[in-house]
Amino acid sequence: MRSVQLNGGPVMALFEKTWFRVLVSLVMIMALSYGFMVSTEFMKNQDAPRAMLAIVAILVGVLGIWALYLTVDNLVSTFPIRIRDFVRPFVFIAPAAIILGVFIIYPTIRTTWLSFFISRRGTGVVPGSFGLQNYVSLFTDPATFRALINNALWLVFVPSFSVSIGLIIAILVDRIRWEKFAKSLIFLPMAISFVGAGVIWRFIYFRATFGAQIGLLNAIVELFGGSPQGWLRIEPWNNFFLIVIMVWLQTGYAMVILSSAVKGVPGELLEAARIDGAGEVRIFFQVIIPFIMGTIVTVTTTITILVLKVFDIVFVMTSGNFNTNVIANVMYQQMFVQGNFGRGSAAAVILFIAVIPVMVHNVRSLKSRRF
Amino acid sequence: MTAIAGKQPNYKVAPPKSGMTIKQQALINSIIVNAIVILLVLLWTIPTFGLLVSSFRPRDLITSSGWWTAFVTAFQSGAWTLDNYRSVLFADAMGSAFLNSMLVTIPSTVIPITIAAFAAYAIAWLEFPGRKAFFLVLVGLMVVPLQMSLQPLFSLYQATGLNGTFLGIWLAHTGFGLPLATYLLFGYISSLPVDLIEAARVDGATPMLTFTRLVLPLSTPAIAAFAIFQFLWVWNDLLVALVFLGTRADVAVLTTRLSELVASRGQAWHVLTAGAFVTMIMPLVVFFSLQRFFVRGLMAGSVKG
Repeated sequence: MRSVQLNGGPVMALFEKTWFRVLVSLVMIMALSYGFMVSTEFMKNQDAPRAMLAIVAILVGVLGIWALYLTVDNLVSTFPIRIRDFVRPFVFIAPAAIILGVFIIYPTIRTTWLSFFISRRGTGVVPGSFGLQNYVSLFTDPATFRALINNALWLVFVPSFSVSIGLIIAILVDRIRWEKFAKSLIFLPMAISFVGAGVIWRFIYFRATFGAQIGLLNAIVELFGGSPQGWLRIEPWNNFFLIVIMVWLQTGYAMVILSSAVKGVPGELLEAARIDGAGEVRIFFQVIIPFIMGTIVTVTTTITILVLKVFDIVFVMTSGNFNTNVIANVMYQQMFVQGNFGRGSAAAVILFIAVIPVMVHNVRSLKSRRF
Repeated sequence: MTAIAGKQPNYKVAPPKSGMTIKQQALINSIIVNAIVILLVLLWTIPTFGLLVSSFRPRDLITSSGWWTAFVTAFQSGAWTLDNYRSVLFADAMGSAFLNSMLVTIPSTVIPITIAAFAAYAIAWLEFPGRKAFFLVLVGLMVVPLQMSLQPLFSLYQATGLNGTFLGIWLAHTGFGLPLATYLLFGYISSLPVDLIEAARVDGATPMLTFTRLVLPLSTPAIAAFAIFQFLWVWNDLLVALVFLGTRADVAVLTTRLSELVASRGQAWHVLTAGAFVTMIMPLVVFFSLQRFFVRGLMAGSVKG
C-alpha cells in the first residue's frame, strides 16, 4: 500500500481505479480456474512421471489455493462497503464449507439413505425396496452377528486394559529417574501403523509347521514343555490375541495423557492423605483416581471411538476369518469385495449410530461456551 | 516439594516394619518400582525389537532359529545382512511404494492445513451469520466415522475419473482431516490476544492482511502439531488408500503394499520383517526428532473420526 503512495506513477494510479482492480481480479480468477482445470486433468493422468505430479500438486495445492483466496478477497474489497463487509468472511469460510459438504455431509446422508435399500454392484438400487432388510440381515446372519459380538469384546477390553495399564505406568514412572526414557519407549508403538503392528505380532504368534519355532510365543511355550499353537485359529481366544495388539498400541497414548493429569494432583493433597495415615494403595484409589476422573473419561472415550472403527489389524491378521471379524471389516467386505452396497452402508450406519452420543455431548458442551 | 516435606517431622507416618529404617524401606520400594517399569518397558519394546533384529538376518537363519539366538552368533561372519532390504525395496516394489507414500502424504497434509487456517480465522475473528452454527456442525462432523463417506465418494470418483489417482486421495484426506484441523487451529487462533487483532484493524489492515501477516505466523505451533498428526495419520492409513488408490503397483502406498505382501507371502519373514520396518522408518524418524510436537499433535488429534 505504501509503494502506491511513494511512486504514484501512471501504472500505480491505475491500481487505485476500482474498475481496473475488478478487471485484474476477474482475469486472475479465470486464469486460475483454467490452471486448476488443466492441472486436474494432468493429475488424473496415471502415466505422468511421479516427480512432475508431486511438483504440480504442491504448486496447485499450496500456491494455487493461496492465489485463489487472495484474488477473490481482492475482488470483494472493491465492492461497496456494506456488501463487502458482509461477503468477506465467506471468502475465508466457503472452501472449507464446500469440502465438508462434498466429503462428509453429502456422503453421510447418502450412505444413511442407501442403507434402507437393496443395492448391489451391477444392478444398482432396487426401487421400492425401502425397508430395514439390510439391518435385519446384519443382525441375523451368523457371520455378521459374530462381528457385532466381536466388536463388543474389543470395545470392552481395549479401553479398559489400555487405560488401566496406562494409569499404572503413569503412576510408576512418576517415581523413577529415567521417566522420560521409559515413557517414550512405551509411547513408541503409537508411531507404528496398524499394518506394521500386524506384521510385528504375526511374527510373535507364528507357528512353524516344521523346524524351530521362530515365533516368540511358541518358542516360550516349547521352552516350558508345551506344544506350539496356531494362536490366530483358536476360537474364541484369537479375538483376544488381536485385542492385545490394540492394547499394545494404545497404552502409550493413555499413559502420556494420564501422566500429565497425575502430575496435576496437588502435592498438598497427597501429603495431607499421607499424614492422615493413608497407604499408597488407598491414596491411589481415593485421592488420585477421583481427582483425574475427567481425564480418564476423555481418554476412555477417545480409545473407544478408535476401537469401534478397528479395521486394519483384523484385515492384516486374519481377514476376519476364524470368527474374528469386526463391523468395519464387514463394511469393507460387503462394500468393496461383495459389492453389496446396501448392507455395507448399513454396517457403516451402525458405526455412526454408536458415535452419535459422543457427537451430541461434544456439541452440547461447546454450545454453552461463548466465543 | 519433597525437600520441604522431608524437613517436617513425620511423627504420624506408620513406623517401618521389621526394624528397617525409612531410608532402607524407600530403597526397597524404589528397587521394586524400577523393576516393574523395566519389565513393562521390555514387554512393550521386545515385539518391535524382534522385528528389527530379524530384518537384518539372512533368510535361512531367520527360518532356522529364533531372532533371540542372533546375539549368540552375533560376531560370526554371515550373521547379518542387508539383502532383505535390498530385495523388498527393489524386487517387492517397497521402494516405489515409499515414494508413493510421500506423494500421497505431503499434499494431504499441506492442503487441509491451508483451507482449515482460513476457516479457523474467520470463525474466530470475523462476524458472519451462522458463525456459531458452522462451528458446531464442524465439531459434530469431527467424530463421524469415515466409513460413512467411502461408498458415495467412491461412486462420485468413478463418475469423475478420480478413482485410483493421487488427486482423488489428496482430496479425500483433505475432507477427512478438515474438521479436526479447523477445530484445532480455531482453538489456538481464537486464544490470540484481542488487543493484537484489534490494533491491526485500527491500523487499517484488512482481514486478509491480518491473517497473512499476523495470525498465520503466530499460529506456527498449532500448525506444526496438526501437521505432524495428519502426516502420520495419512502415512499409516490403510483403508482410504485401499479404497481410493487401490493396490496397483504403480500407485500402491507402503501400507497397502505391506498388506499385499502379508497376503501373498505370509511366511516369507525375511521380506515381511524388512518390509514392515521400511513402513515404520518415516514415523520413527518423526517420532525421535520431533517428539515434543509429536506427542502434542497426537494428543490434540486423537478425536479424529
